[in-house]
Amino acid sequence: MSETMTGAEMVIRALQDQGVEHVFGYPGGAVLPIYDALFHQERVRHVLVRHEQGAVHAAEGYARASGKPGVVLVTSGPGATNAITGLADAMMDSIPLVCITGQVPTHLIGSDAFQECDTVGITRHCTKHNYLVKSIEDLPRILHEAFYVAQNGRPGPVVVDLPKDIQFKAGSYVRPLSNQHKTYRPTVKGDMDHIRAAVELMANAKRPVFYTGGGVINSGRQAAALLRELVQLTGFPITSTLMGLGAYPASDKQWLGMLGMHGTYEANLAMHECDVMINIGARFDDRITGRLDAFSPFSKRIHVDIDPSSINKTVKVDIPIVGDCAHVLEDMLRLWRQGAKQADKIELQKWWSKIEGWRARNCLAFKNSKETIKPQYAVQRLYELTKDRSPYITTEVGQHQMWAAQYFKFEDPNHWMTSGGHGTMGYGLPAAVGAQLAHPDALVIDIAGEASIQMMLQEMSTALQYNLPVKVFILNNEYMGMVRQWQELLHGGRYSQSYSESLPDFVKLAEAYGAVGIRCDNPDDLDAKIMEMISVNRPVIFDCIVDKTENCFPMIPSGKAHNEMLLNDYLGETGADIGSVIDEKGKMLV
Amino acid sequence: MLQMKTHYPDAHRVEPVNRHTLAVVVDNEPGVLARIAGLFSGRGYNIESLTVTETEHEAHISRITIVTTGTDSIIQQIKSQLERLVPVHRVVDLTLTGETVERELCLVKVVGKGDHRVEAMRLASAFGARTLDATLTSFVYELTGTTDEVERFIKLMTAVGLVEVSRTGVAAMSRGAEGIM
Repeated sequence: MSETMTGAEMVIRALQDQGVEHVFGYPGGAVLPIYDALFHQERVRHVLVRHEQGAVHAAEGYARASGKPGVVLVTSGPGATNAITGLADAMMDSIPLVCITGQVPTHLIGSDAFQECDTVGITRHCTKHNYLVKSIEDLPRILHEAFYVAQNGRPGPVVVDLPKDIQFKAGSYVRPLSNQHKTYRPTVKGDMDHIRAAVELMANAKRPVFYTGGGVINSGRQAAALLRELVQLTGFPITSTLMGLGAYPASDKQWLGMLGMHGTYEANLAMHECDVMINIGARFDDRITGRLDAFSPFSKRIHVDIDPSSINKTVKVDIPIVGDCAHVLEDMLRLWRQGAKQADKIELQKWWSKIEGWRARNCLAFKNSKETIKPQYAVQRLYELTKDRSPYITTEVGQHQMWAAQYFKFEDPNHWMTSGGHGTMGYGLPAAVGAQLAHPDALVIDIAGEASIQMMLQEMSTALQYNLPVKVFILNNEYMGMVRQWQELLHGGRYSQSYSESLPDFVKLAEAYGAVGIRCDNPDDLDAKIMEMISVNRPVIFDCIVDKTENCFPMIPSGKAHNEMLLNDYLGETGADIGSVIDEKGKMLV
Repeated sequence: MLQMKTHYPDAHRVEPVNRHTLAVVVDNEPGVLARIAGLFSGRGYNIESLTVTETEHEAHISRITIVTTGTDSIIQQIKSQLERLVPVHRVVDLTLTGETVERELCLVKVVGKGDHRVEAMRLASAFGARTLDATLTSFVYELTGTTDEVERFIKLMTAVGLVEVSRTGVAAMSRGAEGIM
């Protein structure tokens, strides 16, 4: 059964046996034997990035778009430390990754050798698990275990640190055998008594709401399908976190839009006034809950999560269900059907008419302009003109990210890639590269800001090298917009260091990379130019010059509750100083 | 605003902080202690004492005894967070499982002559401490007992010439026939 080969060959063989098609990486001294082993085969395709952080984000984009784990290969020292931000990002957003880092030979570990760093020490806090391989006998097991740990339970990044001498050593390779880990065995099936109690609570609800998150996406396409079935069967309203967009179709009438800090009026008020909250695969993040002691004060709460440490972490729940979303949803559906359950129709009708009242407030309305392109309008048009092609959307971090989440409507899971928990500027372009590799014929768009895009801009070169026709759609307002917004709200409009000074000419920059550059500063030209962008089968940088002072609304100011949100026309209606709305304590929470 | 009728805790309410002893059974692999200590420091939990040694050599299993303090919800978080570490087999909150026996061992060195030396000998014998080493001017005593006993012994010895203390931290086990393995 076992074959003799070198450690480097084992790495490649293990990747093949795990079904890996793409590896995102960057060579260096401590991984040369692995790159040599890569050279002798064709099954695993290596994608050369321009910076190791880009490799990890690309692997994240690939993982989220494909549902498969992303794989990264980097060298020791700076290769490993450059990857840290990406690993931390994957950790926060529960993205399954396996990152193989080279390390100096075992006899030099601890000697401050050239390009040595304590990779397992540094990555311990930003990985789900990590390994330093000290002997060739351990290598095959560790490689397969890394894939198991990355994908099972709550997914996350796993680092395998591999010293160079082990890469050269010969040993016997074993194929992945069983899926049973010695100690790590996450609970997948939910407790039936708790599920039964949850279904009972749902059936007796008067003002229920589904609050779903990235866990549904991570659980797989089946989970999203089951969620749709359950939501439609119950007739309950549904909202989702940033990470969960696409699990439920945004075009459906039961969809309330995203919730949280920049969520919709109807979603946040439904959360505030509900009597039964059904949390499926979300984690009560602080951007969702707002002020904790005023969060959803009237509700009984059901929380489905595969990670027991998410239960009761910040918000106490009444019915915790530890398990995989798809399994639990399946059980819920079965029990609901078996018991012919039905929430009180009259009460539910009353609840819906209340929600329709909030919805009529039309919180995402904005004052459009004939002279300048409003960023919301730009995203709206981008959506309308591309929706037939079921595009994959990535974002950077900031105002443009929130506008993308608000105005782009997602119908399917795995079409939305964004840095939620870690909030990493620079995520979008490499993630788009990864998503495009997973779906070569699809339309992939990075909705970006002019500040964020410059953090990982070098990955344009990667897109060109592999003929990946990613579209970078920059909402260029010449500001770090979200920073500027907060400075306006909290710091008396003193825009300290948030102006994007000395911007490059993005059109010329695109051309310098060999991509296509398009600029648009007139609302009348926008449609034609977006059509031009998507008709080009090459990478495009679209420099969309938008209103410089537009703010992102609705918004729950820090330290406030869901029913204290600010709407777009807040200033117009009351004339109040927006900064005075947020108290001193709130300023601390930003 | 409407009156809040919910179990939801008031943010300003001060919850009682309790002391808990956790037994953590782990694979004895490199870095496992760093993972656990790092978890506590990274998430802002307290460690009052931590004891670790391999307890099953063939299976490479270690038992870590951690004494920590926190509110009930923090203690529950600590347990869940520990359980999600890959090399952790299981975590038992001994404080919740019923009565436990807890012991720690300390070594104290006292230096002195005359009355102090005589008093040190009397105290040691009153506590049932063993004499491990003696010179004309010093003793090294070993005392095994509860944390409280050890604390009292050290406090008294301080008055009669204590110069050095070494403590193991708490080892703990539940009473009765039930094992945690």
